[in-house]
Amino acid sequence: MEEKKLSCLTETARNVRVGIIDAVYSASSGHPGGSLSVADILTYLYFEEMNIDPAKPDDPERDRFVLSKGHTSPALYSVLAHRGYFPVEDLKTFRKSDSYLQGHPDLKKTPGVDMTTGSLGQGVSAACGMALAAKLDKSPRRVYAVMGDGESEEGQVWEAAMFAAHYKLDNLCFVLDWNGLQIDGPIEEVMNPTPYREKFEAFGWNVTDADAHSFESLEAAFNTARACKGRPTVIIARSVKGKGVSFMENQVSWHGAAPNEEQYKTAIAELNA
Amino acid sequence: MADKTATRESYGKALAELGDKYENLVVLDADLAAATKTGIFKKAHPDRFFDCGIAENNMIGVAAGLALSGKIPFASSFAMFAAGRSYEQVRNSVGYPHLNVKIGATHGGITVGEDGATHQCCEDFALMRVIPGMTVICPADDIEARGAVEAAIKYNGPVYMRFGRMAVPNVHTADYKFEIGKGVLLRDGADVTIIANGVEVSEALAAAEMLSGEGIDAAVVNMATIKPLDGELVLKMAKKSGAIVTAEEHSVIGGLGSAVAEYLGETYPTPVYKVGVKDVFGRSGPAKELLSLFGLDAKAIYEKAKEAAERKR
Repeated sequence: MEEKKLSCLTETARNVRVGIIDAVYSASSGHPGGSLSVADILTYLYFEEMNIDPAKPDDPERDRFVLSKGHTSPALYSVLAHRGYFPVEDLKTFRKSDSYLQGHPDLKKTPGVDMTTGSLGQGVSAACGMALAAKLDKSPRRVYAVMGDGESEEGQVWEAAMFAAHYKLDNLCFVLDWNGLQIDGPIEEVMNPTPYREKFEAFGWNVTDADAHSFESLEAAFNTARACKGRPTVIIARSVKGKGVSFMENQVSWHGAAPNEEQYKTAIAELNA
Repeated sequence: MADKTATRESYGKALAELGDKYENLVVLDADLAAATKTGIFKKAHPDRFFDCGIAENNMIGVAAGLALSGKIPFASSFAMFAAGRSYEQVRNSVGYPHLNVKIGATHGGITVGEDGATHQCCEDFALMRVIPGMTVICPADDIEARGAVEAAIKYNGPVYMRFGRMAVPNVHTADYKFEIGKGVLLRDGADVTIIANGVEVSEALAAAEMLSGEGIDAAVVNMATIKPLDGELVLKMAKKSGAIVTAEEHSVIGGLGSAVAEYLGETYPTPVYKVGVKDVFGRSGPAKELLSLFGLDAKAIYEKAKEAAERKR
């Protein structure tokens, strides 16, 4: 990857993380851990990978994105705001009763949100429907869905996996954000959903790995997905929950907790360092 | 008795015919195409039919994604699985974002027959009605079922439609035009009004005939749309007859009877007597026999309506 592109994406992702912390702090609630783990993935998708135009959020020929792990809405909102869908300043209205930024993504309220999500396991199915529609339309548009590692414990995820492979939806790409932690603890201890690679391969998917915090690695993975014909692709992205804020990293307690004023200042200082 | 048709058959045929007219129509099923009759559509339009396998929850999500891409998806399964198993998918992925998804649920109620209680969904009206913005329809005959399918296509928003397994006679004439949210007065009367839907409409008409033999003048309304309820017609009939009997192949809790009682309770308090499944599970048996066994036949409606008319005096 070009030095300039890399530094530009790195700078954008840093701003996206600041937006996440701002949103969760302003709301005194939300899910910072998983938002920080998907921040680079979403930044890459919206600033490099997807065919989208913030001026035309309803363009029927745009690529589609579904945040199946809807609780990490702060990451999606921050990326959408920095991409120009709405003012960055509005991130501070997150979860407020008069805000268009709901706790979980709401396609009716927020420009740029392609599917209402929050109930785990459901977004991936909608993504399958979008990919099928693109096939029916013989359109080149692509569909991306980001799901959580804990989310893969939902049976519906595997119904969707069967469906996508059965109908050869090679215009569909899932990214599995493998940060290793869910609310009740490490995923292997709560209800071990691994191994991922073998499971998806057995379901007929093209499987590729990525470092969720390396844009070069993400670029290679998304290129692999694009090149694969006849099968959907899942990118198994190893990530760090809470990435970028030292005291939140790999801490399950930051799954769904907001920082206090002191923690907020520390977090912002770290991100701006 | 006139020719009888199961409304699931009407559903499959209507989809196949309308597939020519509406090129965005897409039909999904969950391994029940032979029973839900979407197989008729599959034969006519194989490129727009997708079997989702025995995975109803994913099917509802796929329908949501199709609707978000300009398609008009009909997702089909038995009422038990479409409204029951997939309740939360319908609620969160279809109802909340108010997507243009049509749910074609067949095998509603106890007339599923021999398969028994696990497959006899008597709770679907209640489950679907409580979702904000959801339209809930249960047609009474072949003519209405076909009309309802096209009305659902023309309407932009989520619709739940229940079709039956048991063959039923036509209660409408060929010129009947179904309208979402409009009840139909099939027979006028001043002593009591029977408001029914689905298989219960023909039973209600037979009950009215029996009542007439005893000098009780019963009106019969076909209320195919449970939500939005035709409050205007309910109110008019309540004022006219002063007593209402509802009849539905559904639990007495949460369905048409509840909708009518809720409405009248706040507008024009009127006695509402409910004929329905009395907070119990179904059982195996021939459909016709079950209608009698569970107190859903013409005789049961007749008795309830007679009681309603007599208590008025």
